[in-house]
Amino acid sequence: MGPTTAGSPLLELEGITKRFPGVVANDRVDFDVRPGEVHTLLGENGAGKSTLMKILYGLYHADEGEIRLRGEPVTIDSPSDAIEQGIGMIHQHFMLVPTLTVAENVALGLPSGRRLLQDLSPVQQRIRELSEIYGLQVDPDAYIWQLAVGERQRVEIMKAIYRDVSLLILDEPTSVLTPAEVDDLFVTLRQMTDGGRGLVFISHKLHEVMSLSDRITVLRGGRVTGRTVPSETSREQLAHMMVGREVRLAPNRSEADVADARLTISALEVLGDRGTPAVTDFDLEVRSGEVVGIAGVSGNGQRELAEALAGLRPAASGTVVMNGVETTAKTPKEIRRLGVSYIPEERMRDGAIGEFSVAENLILTSHDLPPTSRRGFLNFKQIETGCSDLVRRFTVKTPSLETPTANLSGGNIQKLIIARELSGEPEVLIASQPTRGVDIGAAEYIHTVLMDQRAGGIAILLISEDLDEVIGLSDRIAVMFEGRVMGILDQEEATVQRLGLLMAGVSDGEAEERAGRQPAGSGPV
Amino acid sequence: MSDFLTVSVLLATLASGIRLATPFLLAALGETIGQRSGVLNLGVEGVMLLGAYGAYYATLRTDSILFGILVSLIVGGVMGIVYGVVTLALKAEQGISGIGIFIFGLGLSDLLFQKQVGTPTPIDGLGDVAVPLLGDLPWVGEVIFHQNVLVYVAFLLVPVLWFVINRTPFGLNVRAVGETPEAADSLGVSVDRTRYITIFVGNAMAGLAGGALALELGIFQQNLTNGHGFIAIALVYFGAWRPSGVMAGAMVFGLVSATVLQWKTLGIVVGTTASIVGMFPAVLTILVLVLVSRRTGQPSALTRPFERGH
Repeated sequence: MGPTTAGSPLLELEGITKRFPGVVANDRVDFDVRPGEVHTLLGENGAGKSTLMKILYGLYHADEGEIRLRGEPVTIDSPSDAIEQGIGMIHQHFMLVPTLTVAENVALGLPSGRRLLQDLSPVQQRIRELSEIYGLQVDPDAYIWQLAVGERQRVEIMKAIYRDVSLLILDEPTSVLTPAEVDDLFVTLRQMTDGGRGLVFISHKLHEVMSLSDRITVLRGGRVTGRTVPSETSREQLAHMMVGREVRLAPNRSEADVADARLTISALEVLGDRGTPAVTDFDLEVRSGEVVGIAGVSGNGQRELAEALAGLRPAASGTVVMNGVETTAKTPKEIRRLGVSYIPEERMRDGAIGEFSVAENLILTSHDLPPTSRRGFLNFKQIETGCSDLVRRFTVKTPSLETPTANLSGGNIQKLIIARELSGEPEVLIASQPTRGVDIGAAEYIHTVLMDQRAGGIAILLISEDLDEVIGLSDRIAVMFEGRVMGILDQEEATVQRLGLLMAGVSDGEAEERAGRQPAGSGPV
Repeated sequence: MSDFLTVSVLLATLASGIRLATPFLLAALGETIGQRSGVLNLGVEGVMLLGAYGAYYATLRTDSILFGILVSLIVGGVMGIVYGVVTLALKAEQGISGIGIFIFGLGLSDLLFQKQVGTPTPIDGLGDVAVPLLGDLPWVGEVIFHQNVLVYVAFLLVPVLWFVINRTPFGLNVRAVGETPEAADSLGVSVDRTRYITIFVGNAMAGLAGGALALELGIFQQNLTNGHGFIAIALVYFGAWRPSGVMAGAMVFGLVSATVLQWKTLGIVVGTTASIVGMFPAVLTILVLVLVSRRTGQPSALTRPFERGH
């Protein structure tokens, strides 16, 4: 934990209000950052964190309120104004141009030393110097498209350091990183605050917030609902402030009642979009009554695996057996008819049709079966009663069954998809990122539903990048790295550290060899 | 065919190929810079027609070819501002509004021609300028260094444009804005200003391309350009958004057109055959695009309007 420098704040936001049609995104929010501290903004999706920071960075204009930097009121109308004031921002999605080099991305928008000519050599030189100082390994000549996500994040940090920002906003910077990369990032961030910079850290990952923050401000529904420091609070209390009620962070798990295998994957190979193998030599078994989690950094073949199991992507070789029937070459419809359900990772692309009504989305998988339709005609009476029942059972908050699905919140759309997928009473469920981007309340509910289904005897394959979720729900955890299973751990032996090493491609054997040594690449501390 | 395969005819064909490639090259280079910044302009043909008419009319009235060239640049630039407002400020769909610009240019150039000139009156076209020393070289001198001034300008613009795109801060902005406008914006680069400049310059070059065509032929008529502008757009894809690639495409096109023309002149192809052979350049465009279109190098943000905070 770095020292908290008392004294005059670097940044003060006072009474910031921002209205969008129909919602107040920020309601008289006060927020300040002192030099040398990390001040965390915590809140659920839609709580107003990003809106507040976009106002600070000149991407939105506040309707009311004042921004003061070093005590002076300022107006920030555009990112250029923010940059001029020494504010930097690391966005949730990378703001990098893939076809340019690291040096070009860093130099973009900066005045060139030689007016009309772009001379990159001083930029490259400076990047190398800063790499030394901050232990940030980046090659100035590499193209962004060649870099892994962890390296891209280092380029984003480099952009900010190069511009010598005094205030840096980090909007969910860890969502794509492995636990080890997160540790490295936090070391760099601490180096930055030690130099007197102020950091705003936006996150909803409670353990990260507890470990990095000096102060925490919680937003809910656009308002500040709590201010605290890590030493005086707990994850449960923070969750309470975020949601406004008591939340169970870890789902109740009953003793597993495991029976025979329902899903058997043998030597599966699946090609990715570029025609190169995305899943290789993959073996896994999921039995009735158990949850098998798949952990891994995104892009290690999880999506291709899920699509292959659901019949959406052909398998190059190997076999998949579900419920005793080989499904490797079957169509999605045939696979569904065997009692397999699929919750896709891209909710609005693969899971639901935004323009369709709630009822239409609920019958997408059953519209050609009785009782939903008979002799080629939809049975609207049955649809009405069936869908009302599903909406009630799965607590989908919707004004009506006719409401376009795109109008619902992310959490409710996800509940709708789960309601549909479970309505057919499946025996195998493939759930990909079931709670990504949904609010804590909905996530808690979805976890309960999954645990109920497990108790009811279905086999669940849970693919998730959220390690807490994987550890909390799974009976066994398989870690995927570059398309392979790096290792399978039982729930009792799975820790974030062990999973993290496997996620980084370090097998258990290698990890033991390394034990006792410093982790590589953390740089000078 | 033996008439065609003589040194003098072949050299003349090569020289005429370079000359015919020039309007394609000017227009395609202009389109390249626009597309590199993420803006597709399907209206090149219309802008070329207006530029051609502007150059023709100004030259007809003042007898100054230089003034004619200037007018074609200005006309193109004005159309660039119009297209910029439509696509950047009003955020209209680029494909559709480009077609609008084409139809507008096609109609207006003909209307003005009918009202202001009426009967086709030839003007003195651009004369050839021999480059000192280089023009005296055997063969090469005759083919490359006995051309009109706009030919030299067009081919010199190839390295110039490459340099601007790859070696200047402005070029860096253009590449960034064409790929990931959000990233450029977050670093304080004005996406709209960058695109206004590229559209302005690109359209001015389209206007000049039209002017080059009219001043080369010394005449104006309805639909003088006859598809030049559309082929120029195809050449940008052919050249994979690189000035040198675009130049190669324009050369292939110019040489095929020159050969077809030469065959007709020499009577090697006549009648229906001549008409079929006349389609070669167009067929070639389609074939080449099917064969080489790898889409590598296509700016990711092409045709995507930018709006902050979305």
